[in-house]
Amino acid sequence: MAAAPIKLSELAVGASATVLQYPQQDAAFLRLREMGLLVGTRVTLVRTAPLGDPLELKVRGYHLTLRKSDAAHILVEPAP
Amino acid sequence: MALPPHIAAPPAASPAARAPVYALVGNPNCGKSTLFNALTGLKQKVGNYPGVTVEKKVGTTYSQHGQPITVIDLPGTYSLAARSPDEAVTRDVLLGRRSDTAQPDRVLCIVDAANLERNLYLVHQILDLGRPVIVVLNMMDLAVQAGLNIRVARLEKELGIPVIACEAVNGKGLVELRLAMSRPDLPLARHAWGVPAPIAPAVSELAASLVENDLKLPLIARAEALLLLTDQDSVRVSGSVPLSARTTEILQGWQKRWAAEGTDWAGILVNSRYEAIGNLATEVVLHAGTVGPTASDKIDAVVTHPVWGWLVLGVVMTLLFVSIFTLAQAPMDWIGTHTAMLADWVKGHMPAGDLRDLITDGAIGGVGSIVTFLPQIMILFFFIGLLESTGYMARAAFIMDRLMSRVGLNGKSFIPLLSSYACAIPGIMATRTIEDAKDRLVTILVAPLMSCSARLPVYLLMIAALLPNDRVSLVAKVGIMLLMYTLGTAGAFGFAWLFKRTLLKGAPPLMIMELPPYRLPGVRDVLLQMLERAGIFLRRAGTVILGISIVLWFLAAYPKAPAGATPTQQLAQSFAGRAGHALEPAIKPLGFDWQIGIGLISSFAAREVFVSTMGVVFNAESSEENTAPLRDALKAARWPDGRVLFTPLVCLSLMIFYVFAMQCMSTIAVVRRETNSWRWPLFQTLYMTGTAWVFSFVVYQTGRALGF
Repeated sequence: MAAAPIKLSELAVGASATVLQYPQQDAAFLRLREMGLLVGTRVTLVRTAPLGDPLELKVRGYHLTLRKSDAAHILVEPAP
Repeated sequence: MALPPHIAAPPAASPAARAPVYALVGNPNCGKSTLFNALTGLKQKVGNYPGVTVEKKVGTTYSQHGQPITVIDLPGTYSLAARSPDEAVTRDVLLGRRSDTAQPDRVLCIVDAANLERNLYLVHQILDLGRPVIVVLNMMDLAVQAGLNIRVARLEKELGIPVIACEAVNGKGLVELRLAMSRPDLPLARHAWGVPAPIAPAVSELAASLVENDLKLPLIARAEALLLLTDQDSVRVSGSVPLSARTTEILQGWQKRWAAEGTDWAGILVNSRYEAIGNLATEVVLHAGTVGPTASDKIDAVVTHPVWGWLVLGVVMTLLFVSIFTLAQAPMDWIGTHTAMLADWVKGHMPAGDLRDLITDGAIGGVGSIVTFLPQIMILFFFIGLLESTGYMARAAFIMDRLMSRVGLNGKSFIPLLSSYACAIPGIMATRTIEDAKDRLVTILVAPLMSCSARLPVYLLMIAALLPNDRVSLVAKVGIMLLMYTLGTAGAFGFAWLFKRTLLKGAPPLMIMELPPYRLPGVRDVLLQMLERAGIFLRRAGTVILGISIVLWFLAAYPKAPAGATPTQQLAQSFAGRAGHALEPAIKPLGFDWQIGIGLISSFAAREVFVSTMGVVFNAESSEENTAPLRDALKAARWPDGRVLFTPLVCLSLMIFYVFAMQCMSTIAVVRRETNSWRWPLFQTLYMTGTAWVFSFVVYQTGRALGF
């Protein structure tokens, strides 16, 4: 049973999800995809920075940070 | 097996006598500079790519038979679809697009073994180039710790090119690497990646046009075509040849068609590459079960903790700041006394005259003021090197990003700005870690507003003149000092906010930053980087500073006063003195007379020179430790009509002027070097000094109106 899609920025700390959708035709997100965060890739929200932003994500075994405002454009399906 | 047509022809045969030139490429944080240093040691040359502020590093290593091999260390990148000038240089050198750098014959691709999939993405793009490639699997130890078993022989077989397992930090695998690099014949990769169907016709058409209209070699035309499709800055970088009109037309035609159909062409290309990489990874990487949290995870639980994180950041930054301030003091004093001794020695051994004065006061003084910066620069870059090579730098940016984003900057501007409290010069040089060109420029423009240590003597003298009573409360003095620091900081952030909204609009498309695993620092890499920075400063900024010093000396020394004149009289009738008079109408509304004007002009060399100039102008011997004689002389100073010159209001106005004004030729020289033009340092001087004038004017005139 698939969970309802949420924004990547809404993922709970410690939770994992699968990327569902990127903004259409948005070249800005190309680098993120080139770094391996593709539709279908599993991502874990490791923690947020002390002030709540940016997010620390774990993708394909490494850690990267993304601002909440940017993560809000990416739809994910939370893992059960 | 037949090679696909785009790589069937070997690269233009290099004469057997000439050793191949290697390009070293890799993702950021994969140990690229460690490997470069391990290969080339001190045989490195650091310069600049003409037209852009990107560092060009070329080194020499030796083959197994002792023949020199040239290695070009290209800026680290995750992809050849460049997002910044640094990345564009990497792409352009590899494609042979730059006229200042010959296309490398072979590519050394360094890969983080613990992070194979993402690193292979760049390798996959590079294999398209049809050049011989050697893959260096670095950090094998970390891969093992992460529970990964990488079958090196299998990867070598799948790719069909040499793959060398290596630990660059301790030199493991270097012999094998050197051996592979010495091979006269390197196989081309068994890289038969098929471009996905919706994109393939466009790639063929573009490649054909690139060969025909842009005179590209057929060998790299396909790689070029693929990159044109994902490029986000194909026209922005100077130094590379622009695209022909016909090719541009074809490119835009396809992009328009895809956009209308809703085809996400760039995404399809990325997905297709990752599919190929995924297949490779399942063959090559064995996961040895799940491992618990790594050492890095445990450290991060503290270092980025909502409470402890701030504490750690505070301690690290205090250490950094205090050491620039204190550790640099002894060597700076040493340099000061020894340049003075040298000048005295020359005075004792040369006949008196203009030439002697030029050498002692102009040249030696100028060189002294350049060398004085070295301790601060070296200490700051030693610390920055430590922070970068351990991985803490990325965490500091992670923690500070939220705050810096309020003014439109990102976390990476934090350390350069903080360092500028000690001195703007190392601070500005440290902005190279900021990838986004606009963020970097804004940081450079506002960094000198942070009150640096050279303003301290001016503040101290003015506070002494302002509150002449020795028993006046320390609290008041500290309060004024803090006010000046706050004013400068507020100015820096205010102008950053303003510039990001007007002049340099636009945030980078996405703020993506990797948090690499913590590592022990590579001391050799840190020391090499420190020496490199010092060398760059001496060569590039030093010459400008020396030139301006000599000009300033000339202005104060000429025309000569009649024999027997005191230094005070000499200065008063020199060009600098006359300039002070000429300046008086402009600075009178701030409460300054021509004598203060001389101070403003001469302290352009460095702000603290104001104090010694005031000593000469008002004929008072004074030192940094004891400002009492000068303070009394200032108290006695009068306007021609008998009014007191240094009223408390004038002292305040003068301090505020020094908070904002760009009174530092060395900073100007460094900004010139870091922005590669005179435009920005000139703009910076104008806006800072303009702001200084306006603030001093408002404070002085308001104070006057209120009856002070």
